[in-house]
This record gives sequence, structure tokens and C-alpha cells, in this order.
Amino acid sequence: MTATATRPAPPRRPHGRPRGISRKTREMWLLMLPALVPVLLFSVGPLLYGIGLAFTDARNTRNHETSFVGLENLWELLSAADFWSSFRIGMIWAVSVTALQFLAALGLALLLNENLRFRGVARVLAVVPWAMPPVVIGLMWRLVYHPDAGILNSLLGTEINWLADFSLALPAIIVVGVWTGMPQTTVVLLAGLQGIPKELYEAGEVDGAGRWRRFWNITLPQLRPVIVAITSLDFVWNINQFGLVYVLTQGGPGGQTRLPMLFAYEEAFRYRFAGYASMLGLAMAIVVLAVLGLYLWRQMREAR
Amino acid sequence: MRRASQYAALAAYIVFLAFPLVWLLSTALKTPQEMALADPTWIPREPTLANFTDAFGEQDLVGAAVRSLGVALASSVITVLISLPAAYAMARYRGLVNKIAIGWVLVSQVFPFILIIIPLFMILRDLELVNTLPGLVVVHVTFTLPFALWMLQGYVRAVPVELEEAAAVDGATRLRSIIKVVAPLLAPGVVATLLFAFISSWNEFMFALVILQNPDVMTLPLTLVRFTGPEGVARLGPLAAASLMATIPSLIFFAIIQRRLKSGLMAGAVKG
Repeated sequence: MTATATRPAPPRRPHGRPRGISRKTREMWLLMLPALVPVLLFSVGPLLYGIGLAFTDARNTRNHETSFVGLENLWELLSAADFWSSFRIGMIWAVSVTALQFLAALGLALLLNENLRFRGVARVLAVVPWAMPPVVIGLMWRLVYHPDAGILNSLLGTEINWLADFSLALPAIIVVGVWTGMPQTTVVLLAGLQGIPKELYEAGEVDGAGRWRRFWNITLPQLRPVIVAITSLDFVWNINQFGLVYVLTQGGPGGQTRLPMLFAYEEAFRYRFAGYASMLGLAMAIVVLAVLGLYLWRQMREAR
Repeated sequence: MRRASQYAALAAYIVFLAFPLVWLLSTALKTPQEMALADPTWIPREPTLANFTDAFGEQDLVGAAVRSLGVALASSVITVLISLPAAYAMARYRGLVNKIAIGWVLVSQVFPFILIIIPLFMILRDLELVNTLPGLVVVHVTFTLPFALWMLQGYVRAVPVELEEAAAVDGATRLRSIIKVVAPLLAPGVVATLLFAFISSWNEFMFALVILQNPDVMTLPLTLVRFTGPEGVARLGPLAAASLMATIPSLIFFAIIQRRLKSGLMAGAVKG
């Protein structure tokens, strides 16, 4: 890697020797070293190792002989009903949380951009979920959804065990996902809104464009790069979500909220199928990259 | 008319954002008798702090908080110490390193944690670091590093190169000019990054869950989950009280850092 990074820059100082790797490049790599070593050892290395594991029958136990099995894990995965149901749940979760999060955050950002009273209160509240440990968010919503002592049943006059109900558990955790992810999306969209030049709106008004027209023809197109960036990131974060849902439901009832990462976690650390779980991770990474690539490609084509 | 609908929408948002928080606070201050009422109250009739004291009795909260504090302090200090020189290199030398670093920040977001955590768990097991706090520190350092690097290089870029060059002209060595000229200007950015790394580690759950399985070494997020009990029987009052206490450091952090964090990220993004 060092060789490719070398750029034979002329020495700035008279005593700099332009022999082999320049002094500047050497200095740079020396400064990078303390960060580079742990990153290579504890994340790049393991990532490559993990990708390799996907093609083996590795078990997550000591002293297990591991052998290369090619794509066997993939075929097993694709023929497992459990995987497909988890995949479907993961997609429903990630798409709906991302979409709802975006719509809610856009609405809130537009409101916070207006000169309204109490917007300070909303601004503070809008970032609170950001400051809370995800585990606390999960536990807090368990209190809200609690069948006996929860506030939701009392407000609605129902007696539903929200997180244990087969058809309601997934929508229930989607609401929590939206609540959790809204702050980041709102802050990013608000920053985007504030970056739109005022002159555009003034010109629009002169041309007689109403509020809606100005929103469709000025705000949305101007905001487009920000929207594309934040929705892509939100989608990736949501599809890889683990902790929040682990605390809320552990994947239950009957696997109705078992997101792909919960599935992989169980396979790897409860049943100890390390190779199989790695293939699951790899397959999800490829799906995510494909979905993202398609989305970004379409956005870019439309923007032209 | 339009104003009215805007205020209605704003009110709806405030309710949606606030009601779980109010309920958490309300539950934390209630007596068990009041919690058992068929028609729950928003404002406790006889507010009590008993849940807060009970929480300490039910789980080893003090121990867990001390462990979380230790892990978060160690992780954040180590993260900043090793990423500071690298961030300086990224900001001042540019070129390939920069692209690789940015690429890694993106890759670390896209790849599912499971692809890293399984081999990492195996490596830590071979190093006898599973179920130890140093093992968790290692993991937290590597996972806060990309973003810390990104924040710090933004702050370094905000320091004009001319200042260093002027110092060099005055005969200062490079190291001396860094310590005397760059470091003081960088201090606020370093504090922001330190706090960011601290909170990431303090809040972190997933890696802790995999690496620490022994209750004696569990961090605060893991201990909180234990309040829900093995059979899912939750002691709601102490659970709510403990949850609130665990949130305090993050709230303090946000109160201090909110504006600075945002401007730091902006600087990194705009000048990148």
C-alpha cells in the first residue's frame, strides 16, 4: 500500500532527501500507524475473515475442525423458510421505518423552519431520543406498551398485549423505530432547508407560485441531495438494526419481529453456526448494496 | 387558518415525542399500589423516590455504572489519542489515505455487525479477552475510531495551515509548532470528539451483549435489560428509575455539546 501512496514530491526543505519514499510520506504513515494497527487487527481483518467464514462450516466453539464448503451455506439459507420470513420482516421494517421516518422528519423540519412559538420546545424534544441509550428507549416503550400498567391501553381503552400480538408486534416496533430515528433525519433535513437560498423563494413569489408550487418546484429539488443521502443511510441503519428490537421483543412473538440481524445473532451465538450466520450477514450486505445502488442510480438518472 | 393548522401539527409532534418520556418519568415516581390501578394516572398522586433506591437493591447498578464509566473513559481516551495523529495526517497530507479513510467510514456503516462480531469474538476468545472489560474496550475503540477520525480531521482542517507555516518560518520545529500553535486551537474539537466517543461507549449494547456474558462484568445497558427478568417479569418502577439514571450522562453531554457537534460535522462535510 505504501508504494502506491508514494508521490515523488520535491523536497520542501533543503535537508529533505528525495530518496525512495519521501520524508513527507514517511511522516504521514508514521502518524497514521497508531490508528491503522487496531483498525486492521480488529475490524478490517475480522471483516475479511467473516466473509471467508461464510464459505465454511465453522462452528462458534473451541477446537472445531473447519472446512471449506463453498456455497453450501447459501443454498441452505435460500431453502430455509425461517430465513425468508426474517428477510421479509426485515424489508417491511426497514422500508416502512425509513419512509415514515422521512415523512415525519420532513414535516417536523418544515415546521421548525417556520417562525412558530414553542418551536424551541419541539427542537429540544426532537433531539432527546438521540441522547438516550437505545436500551433505555426500548425499555421505555415496553412501559408504554405494557398490557396492564402501560399508558397506551389506558388511553385507547383496550386490553392488548401489543408486543406479544402476532399481527400488532411488527407495527408496534415500527413506531418505536420511527420515534428513535426521527431526530437525526430531522436535524439533517433542517440543515438542508436552511441551506436553500432565499432568493429562489422570492423569485418564485414574484412569478406568482403558490405555497405548494414553491414546495414542489423549489424546496424538494433543492433538498434532493440531502434527501437521497439521509434516506440511504437510514435504510442501511434500519436493515442492520439489532439492539432496539432485541430489547423490545427479542424477535417474538413466534418470530414475527425477528429481523435478519436477530436471526443471525441467534444462529451464531445460540446455535453456534458461525459459518451459516456469516453467510446470512454476507447475503444481507449484498442485498443492501444492491438496493442502495439501484436507488442511487435511479436518483442520479432522474436528477439529470 | 394556516397558522392554526401549523400549530396543530406542531402540537401533535410534541405529544408524540414527549409522551413516552413523560410516562417513563411518571412510572419512575409511582408506588407499586398506584401502578396497579386499572386506570393509570399521568401524574403520580403520591410521588416517591423509593424506586430509585430500590433499583440499587435489585441489581448491581453501582457496579455496572462504575464498569460502564471505566470502559467509556478508557475507550474514549484511547480513541482520541490514536486518532489525533491520524486525523492530522488526513487533514494535512490529503491524497490516497484520505480516500481510504472515508471509504472505511462508509464501509463500516454498510456491513452488518454479524460479519465482524463472529470472527472478533473468536479472536478475543483466543486472546482470553471474552468476558473481560479490556476486551470490550478494544472493540469500542475500533468501532468509534472511524467517526472520531472523521470529526477530528474536520477540526484540524479548520486550523489554517498558514499558522503552522508562520511558526516554521520563526524557526519552530514541526512538533513544536503543533504543540504550541495547533493544539490549543484544536482543544474544543478534541473535547467534542472525546465526549462523542464516551457516549457511544456508554450507550453501546450489541457488542457488550456478545462479549460480556458473565453478570459480574456486565455494563449498564446489559444490567438494565436484566431488570426485565429471565421470565420477562418486569419490576416496572425500579426499571424506569434505573433507565432514567442511565440517561443522565447522555443528556449532560448533549446539553454541552449540541451546537459544537453540529458545527464540527458541518466543517468536516463542507471542507471535505
